[in-house]
Amino acid sequence: MGELSAILAIFCINVIYAYGVYLPAASGQLNLGAAGFIMIGAYAGAWLNSSAGVGLPALVSVPIAVLYTALIGFVISFPILRTRGVYMVLATFAFAEVVGGVMLNLEFVGGAAGTPVDAHANLSVLLPAALGVAIFCYLLMATRFGLAMRSIHDDESVATLFGVNALMTRVAAFTVGGAIMGFGGALYGHYFNYIEAQQFNVLLSIYILLYVLLGGTQTAWGPLVGALFFTAVPELIRQFGKLVEVKWIEDGRFVAFGALIVLMMVFRPEGVLTRTLLERVFGRRRAHGGPRARETGHA
Amino acid sequence: MNVDILLQQIVNGLMLGGIYVMVAVAFTLIIGMLNFLNFTIPPLFMVSTMMMWATMQGGFGKAFDRALTSLVGVNGKLIAGIVMALVVAALLSLVIERFTYRYMKAKYGDATEHAIPLVSSLGFLIVFEHLVIGRWGSDSLTITSPFGNASLHIGNIQISVPQLTSLVLSLAIVFALSIMLKRTRLGRALRSIAEAPDTAALMGVEVRRIVPVVYVITGLLCALAGVLFTINYTTVDAYVGDKVATVAIAGMVLGGLGNVWGAIVGGLFVGVLEVLSIYLFGSSVEKVPIWGLLLLILIIRPTGLFGHTAIGKGKF
Repeated sequence: MGELSAILAIFCINVIYAYGVYLPAASGQLNLGAAGFIMIGAYAGAWLNSSAGVGLPALVSVPIAVLYTALIGFVISFPILRTRGVYMVLATFAFAEVVGGVMLNLEFVGGAAGTPVDAHANLSVLLPAALGVAIFCYLLMATRFGLAMRSIHDDESVATLFGVNALMTRVAAFTVGGAIMGFGGALYGHYFNYIEAQQFNVLLSIYILLYVLLGGTQTAWGPLVGALFFTAVPELIRQFGKLVEVKWIEDGRFVAFGALIVLMMVFRPEGVLTRTLLERVFGRRRAHGGPRARETGHA
Repeated sequence: MNVDILLQQIVNGLMLGGIYVMVAVAFTLIIGMLNFLNFTIPPLFMVSTMMMWATMQGGFGKAFDRALTSLVGVNGKLIAGIVMALVVAALLSLVIERFTYRYMKAKYGDATEHAIPLVSSLGFLIVFEHLVIGRWGSDSLTITSPFGNASLHIGNIQISVPQLTSLVLSLAIVFALSIMLKRTRLGRALRSIAEAPDTAALMGVEVRRIVPVVYVITGLLCALAGVLFTINYTTVDAYVGDKVATVAIAGMVLGGLGNVWGAIVGGLFVGVLEVLSIYLFGSSVEKVPIWGLLLLILIIRPTGLFGHTAIGKGKF
């Protein structure tokens, strides 16, 4: 039970992170700097909450940490969104490295030794939080704003022609995404009650971007599926290895998993979940040229 | 501030920069020719350092070590390690090519389709790192340097011989590469692919045959950088690619994407910047000036310094 609840807790935190990267990705921006935002949220939350810092109760400190991360996301979004494509990947990557380097040298949050976080958040906090973030993003994607994000993702110039304010939409997506990552970071700190700069490394940013791209950026369920896939598959491989008592399967779970990512890109490069898949499964709307369109002659 | 010490730091920075140059050229070749940021370069660098270590320090097991020693002798192990690193990197590059570039052309009607090779290369990064961790663990491993502390003295400045050799070697290789790109038939084919792959194919360039060559060249560059890094700094681990080779990305952007000469200048500059910032501000800030500078450049000039504006547009 203890092991399962630990896995579930990590899963919840991963889901929150994934939605933070998903929102910019849904509007066509790849963010490889997740670790930077998470770190800002985690450290702000830790410093505001711990008795060595400000000592606010968690119910006050976490929202402040989220707002603070959102503010930084907003300020940094204008220069970062000037860059496109691979340059944006590089710029967000550089941002995370700079944040990591600065945090390592801020003595009042412990520097390289890390810093303790007082209040503990267990699964009863993390589960509703992750669910809340998922529902929030789902609802957000169903609004006019979500539609604008999707249209920019598909074709920015056409979206602009139709009157979408592309810059403001991208800034908003980036800022809200940053806030969500800050929230995830703050909860991470409260779950482990201790944070250190080395935990928020390049690999964290890479993993989170992979959750989103493998889950699929077309629907709001993508990050949930991606994070589930990422958390569950290595664990299942490990359990399988234990079951058949083959040590190298147990140890090699991440190798198998990385290979799975490569193969996914070969066979299903749009990610696990796509709009057409959802439509086909739930039959709400047929895909273009589907049977219904042909029946009524409006193909 | 002592001028001698400062000069010594700059010399050390240039030596480190020599390693970055090779990795930055590898990055810049792939992004210039094939238009994607290849994240398999850091793990290839790491794998080649580990191959060097494993061959020289008996990481492949006692039986292999004994057979190797009887075959090439103790002194031949260095050469064996270099050969091992180069061969493994070249073979892995071919595998990587099969699963990244070939799927880039696929059309799925989705703006993130260009992320396909990026994601595949990140997948390879996970595979290689965990293969190495699974076999040799994640702790630091050291080789005994075959060259000891051999060094030259110019005035008060000390220059380590293997480091100087590696700097000269890396510059020579990159120089030869740029001549190859400019003068030979293969170089012309490569440049035509960089310009417009479809047109190149129409003009009779066998794109499918030549792209693997680009991968092998970049793989060999990474492997050589890894070999030189191992000989000069003697300590390697499974994360050395993340720590060292990613800095070369900053060097590449400084020099402009797809620009080989730019990557040389950028790589050397990043090396000097890293060593000087450690000297001036202490080792915990080593990467902040580099990444801060990169961020600043991207903000001021969103296409990078001296970058070809066509590269990286709307693509990953």
